[in-house]
Order: sequence, then C-alpha cells, then structure tokens
Amino acid sequence: MKTVIFKTIAPALTAIMVVFSIFVLLRGHNEPGGGFIGGLIAASAIAIYGIAVGVENVRKALKFDPISMAGFGVFIASFAGLLSLGQSFPFLTGLWGYIPFGETKITVSTPMLFDIGVYFAVVGTIGAVALALEEEDDDK
Amino acid sequence: MIEFYMAPLIGVFFTVAVYLILSRAVIQMLLGITILGNGVNLLIFTLGRITREVPPIVPQGLKQPLQDIANPLPQALILTAIVIGFALFTFLLILGYRAYQELDADDTNNMRLAEPTGKTKPPLSY
Amino acid sequence: MASHSVAQTEIELPAAMLELPTSVADWSIVFPVVIALMAGALLAMVRHSRGSQVGFSVLAVVAIIVIEIDLFFRVLENGPVAMTMGNWLPPFGISFVADVMSVGFALAAAVVTLVVLIYFQAEIVPRESRHGFYPLVMLLLAGVTGAFMTGDLFNLYVWFEVMLISSFGLLIIGGKKIQLDGAIKYGFLNFLATTFFLVGLGYLYGLIGTLNMADIVLIAPAAEPAAMTAIAAIFFLAFAMKAAAFPVNAWLPASYHTPDAAVSALFAGLLTKVGAYVLLRILVALLPEQRDVFDPLITAIAILTLIIAPLGAIAQTNLRRALGFFVIGGIGAILAGIAAPSVLGVAGATFYVFHAMLTMSAFYLVAGLVERVTQATDTRQMGGVYASNSLISIMFLILVFAAAGLPPFLGFWPKLLLTEAALQDADWWLAAAILINSILTTIAGTRLWAHIFWRNGREGKKSELSNDRLRELKAPEKTFALGASVALVLVIVVIGLRPNLIFDSSRVAASDLLQTENYIEAVGLELPTQANPTTGAPQ
Repeated sequence: MKTVIFKTIAPALTAIMVVFSIFVLLRGHNEPGGGFIGGLIAASAIAIYGIAVGVENVRKALKFDPISMAGFGVFIASFAGLLSLGQSFPFLTGLWGYIPFGETKITVSTPMLFDIGVYFAVVGTIGAVALALEEEDDDK
Repeated sequence: MIEFYMAPLIGVFFTVAVYLILSRAVIQMLLGITILGNGVNLLIFTLGRITREVPPIVPQGLKQPLQDIANPLPQALILTAIVIGFALFTFLLILGYRAYQELDADDTNNMRLAEPTGKTKPPLSY
Repeated sequence: MASHSVAQTEIELPAAMLELPTSVADWSIVFPVVIALMAGALLAMVRHSRGSQVGFSVLAVVAIIVIEIDLFFRVLENGPVAMTMGNWLPPFGISFVADVMSVGFALAAAVVTLVVLIYFQAEIVPRESRHGFYPLVMLLLAGVTGAFMTGDLFNLYVWFEVMLISSFGLLIIGGKKIQLDGAIKYGFLNFLATTFFLVGLGYLYGLIGTLNMADIVLIAPAAEPAAMTAIAAIFFLAFAMKAAAFPVNAWLPASYHTPDAAVSALFAGLLTKVGAYVLLRILVALLPEQRDVFDPLITAIAILTLIIAPLGAIAQTNLRRALGFFVIGGIGAILAGIAAPSVLGVAGATFYVFHAMLTMSAFYLVAGLVERVTQATDTRQMGGVYASNSLISIMFLILVFAAAGLPPFLGFWPKLLLTEAALQDADWWLAAAILINSILTTIAGTRLWAHIFWRNGREGKKSELSNDRLRELKAPEKTFALGASVALVLVIVVIGLRPNLIFDSSRVAASDLLQTENYIEAVGLELPTQANPTTGAPQ
C-alpha cells in the first residue's frame, strides 16, 4: 500500500482516529463507548499508520513497546480495583469524586481509571498483533 | 417466537463448525473454531431470552427502571466471550501461520514432530 | 416471553449493594490474584529492561505464598470466607471464595511456581524470549489462582482463558519447530474444551438464571432434572478434556514435552489440576444429583484412565512424553475420588490433586536435569547416569515411588484413602484399578529408572559399555536447577513422612465440598429455611 493518496491521507486519518478514540473512551461511562471500543479504534489507527509508513516508523512514533502499554493498562486497571481498599470496600468497588472546574465540575472515578486501563490493554495487545502481522508482510 | 428460528440457525452454525474442525487443514480448523464460537455466542444470546425492551439503563434520579428492560447479562457474557475468543483466534492464527512457514505443513497429518511416527518400538531390555 | 419484570419484585437499588465494610483480612482473598496480575503487568511493561526480573517475580510469588499460608490456616480454623466484588450483593456480584480446598491448591500452585522460577535460571534460552517468560508465568499463576478462588462460573471461564493464553505463550518460548507442532494441538483442543464449557454455561444460565456457584447449589435441585443432566454432561466433557482424562487426553502427551523442562514442570503441576479441581467442584458440590446419574460413566473413565495411562508410559521412548502419561494416570485417581464421593473419597481426591501438583512438577524438573546430563530426550539414548549423578537418580526413584503410591512416600496416602473409599462404595473394579495403577506405574517408572540410570550405556549392542555422551552439570545448573529440584523433592519427602496436616485439611475440604452450607453462608446467601424452591430463571 504505497499509493501517494494513501500515504498522504494516513497521518491525518491516524491523528483523527486517535483523538476520536480518546473521545469514545471518555464518554463511555454514561453513553455508548468505553475503553474497549476506544482501544480498538486506536489500534486500528496504529494498523493504518503501519500500512502507510512501515512498521519501523510506527514503533519509533509510539515511543513505547505495545506490549508494555498493554502491561501498563492491566496494571492501572488492577490498581483502580485496589483503591477501594483504603475505604474498606470490596475489590473493584466504584469510588466517585468531583473536582470543581470553573462553572462545571469534573467527575473522577475508579471505573474511569479502570476503563483507561482497558483502553491501554486493548491498544497494546491489538496493536502488537497488528504490527507483528504487518512485519511479516514487510519481510517479503 | 424468534427462539424457534434461532435454534435451527445455531444448529447450522454448529454443523458447519464440526465439519470444518474435522478437516485436516489448519486454516479450516481455525475457521471452524471461530464459527463454533459464534454459534455459542448466539446460543447464550438466545438462552438469555430475546426481548425487545428498552436498554437496561436506570433514568436519572430513580433507583429502578420505569418499565421492562432487556436482560443485560447475556450481552455482557457474550461480549466477554467474543473478546476472549478473538484473542485466542488471533493467537492460533499467528501460530498456524508460523507453523505453515516453519513446518511447511497446513495438513495436520504432516505435523508429526512432537509425536513418534510409524511403529516405534517401546524401549527394549529389562 | 416477556422479560422478567423488575417492577414486580420491588428491588431497591441500595439493597443490591452491600453496606457492610470489608475488613482488611478479607482482602487476602483477592490479594494473591491481584498481586500475580499486577506483577505480571509490571513485568510485561519492563520486559526489555535489564533490571532483575527474577528478583521481582520471586518476591511477588513469596508474598503470595505468605498471604496464602495465613489465609489457609484461617480458613482451616474458621471455615470459608468470601468477598463479593464491587460491593454488590452475592448472586449479582462476582464472589471470590476461599475454602480449604481452593486455598490449599492455590498455595501448592504458588510453591510450584516459585520452584520453577528458580529452576528457570539454568535454562538456556535467548535473552529476548527469556524476558517473555516472567510476565507469562505470573499471568499463568494469576489465572490458576483465580480459577481456584472464584465462586462464579463465568468468572471461572475468564480465568481459564487467562491461563490458556499465558500457557500458549509459554509453550512457544524458544520457537523450536517441535514446539509449534505441540502448540497447535494443545491450542486447538484446549480452545475446543473451553468452548464446550461456554456451551454448558449458556444452557445453565438459560435454565436457572444464575452462574454464582453458591446460588446454583440452592437453585439446581428445583430445576428440570433432564436438562440439568445434559448440562452436567457437557461440563464433564469440557473438564475431562481440560484434565486430560482417558479418551480425550491426546493433547497432553503431544505437547507437554516440547517446551523447556521448567515450562513443562509448570504445566504438569498446574494446568490439568485446575480441570480436576473444577470437576470436583461442579460434580460433587454443585450438581451432586447429576453426578449420581453419571456414576457408572465416571467410574468407567476413572478405571480406564488409571490402567491405560501407565501402559502408555511403558511404551514411550521419549522421557518427558512418558511422564505425560503419569500425569494422566493421576487424573484417573482423582476421578476415582469423584466416582466414590464419600468424605473419604473426596478427601482422597483432594489430597491426590495436592500430591500430583508437587510430584509431577518435580518429575519434570528432574527429567530436565537428566536431559541435560545425557544430552538426549530419548530414553534409548540415555544410560549410565547413576554412576555420574547419583543424586539425580535417587530423586528420580523417590518420585517414581511417590507417583506410584508406595509407602512411605507422598502418593501412598491419597491412594490409601481412595482405595478405602472405593471399597466402602463397593466399587471393586475401581479399587482394583487403583492398585493395578500403582503396580503399572511402578513398572513403568522403574523401567525408566533402569534404562536411564542403571544401564551402563545406550540401548543396542554397546549397552554394556559406559555412556560416552554424559556431561557434567555446570555451576549455574547445579545451583539453580539441581537446587530447586532437591528442595521440591525434599518437600515431597517430608510431607510424605508427616502427612497429618494434609490429611486433616483434605477431610475438612471434602466435608465442606459435600456439605455446602458453610460455603453458601460464607458467600452471604440465605440458606433455605424450609422447602421453598424458587427458580430465578428470566422467564
């Protein structure tokens, strides 16, 4: 896939997809969306970028190894479950807090932290698989 | 009523899956496993009672939904099963591809590295 | 087919949330899983760094062991404890339940993992794949511990898959061709088994509307018996495949000998035993009436597995493949306990699972040492090890006797319980099969011993000449591989000589499994005061 059109459009497409994936992740708590679907969108972005510019460049652009990202995701998801230990609630109990921000207030919660963990886990795993498969093609 | 149509459909999924899994080609077995997984997901979905109610979301300020809601649990189960099935499928796909490259075999009959071929005698003496 | 009306039942939302705060002690139910999971995740994050991954993973496993020992004695004294996730009331939230059986098995699994981690230091694998090993081992331990601890069948499925995916990864570390071959067979058949499990789950949910184990115990007797029998049959097939009972065992000898010895040992100790544990849990505790229907079938499979497995071991030329058949034989003994489900029988099966976890892992570790010394995997190419490495040969012989169940080694005690239970149950064939299994295992094991250690040279004309391919163990191998194996064998010998604690706890575990009141109460469900069965099916 080395067509000029695709190579030109791919970086923009990737950027939009990543932003959109974060939007889907954050709206996920009360409306359709969430960490899993957001992660899938971001992983697709990685895959598209990989097809356009080659796997080597994607790995460089990502800075972190995808598997490390997946590990980070699992880690903070488990950590989100552990936060309720301080409040003497069972594992994975949702805790909610509100931060006033100008005229509105921002809701922070352990389910959101958990969802961010899911996001990273999905981006990492699916991204790693996609890059590995694309690398196989590059070898030929 | 739709259950009556779902049952044969699931049956078709299972039939196709069994046929494919019994094949000798790894790629066909892989397709069979995937179809089986989808058949099972449909099965759970059907067994969770298919209803055309509203989504199971409690309106703001209330403590319980106002009317009948769809059963969310089968959908949660299926979502989990799909994700896990997808992960296993990707793994087996890559594994099958590697095996095809390294062992030069898509036919499971040629995959005899880990097991003895032919009539190997048991250890003799004693 | 209208949906279950929530409005009729008048559920107030706070009522579905537990109001009782959890004491810190209860957290030790989830800590083993969480620590393993988080350690695995952390190790995956830093897998390319040069830091000490070994140190960190050993530290995590030691922490898990300490927590589990504490939990084990607490549970042994006070009965099961439970924690339901996310502050929900039990049948809705996912429960984690620690009873003597689950904590005991989880403890054995953690001990085996610790030994394998140390043994792995002597394995020769490329640096980059070496770093994949530690996160995968921790995830495998998380999966196994989770499967033992969970009180929810769907959650059990999830832990099974965690276990399966990490075992796939471990199986192909090193990427030799033979490993790809083994992994294909292992992968497909295990995936099929978990799919069967999922089918059973679907039917069970459709029929009784709950997947919480304690809730199933309460609701199952009132459900349609014929349908429940079909469900139990699917579960039996799925977990017999997972446990590698006789007609569905083909994946085990095809794959267990392909990876490094340390990984084989981990698999032999953990994977099939989880299948056996779930068989015990589902058939004995959850669906006892359906188990009675299948009693002849379970007995037949137990007898066949007990007798055919050691015969398979006699016929094998590959050392670790032969050991694979010993693992399968052990599953037959565990099934024998399920076929004779008195307190004695279930206690015997429980003890046997514990014994098999330790002994089979140790067997594979010692086999790995033998393969190093002889530089061969085929027993026909081995010989003369006794003269050069008498310590290895003594350990091997101890393990043969322990696996066969000869006194005073560890395997004797569970087999004693099982034989007694089979005799009390008047299953003469079963009792005979257990004893025949011991004899055949002894024959297979001592034949292996004679070939590998006693015979001077390799098989063939020159077997009288001494084996010229032997090599000395190198320094790291002596410290890590030999040291870890000796430690595990010593544990097996000591427990074999002083089995009282395991005896008592097996009995407690068995009576908890047969009388589920404690379990249900720990989860927090109400016991039926009188015969007032209600099906919770979403009608």
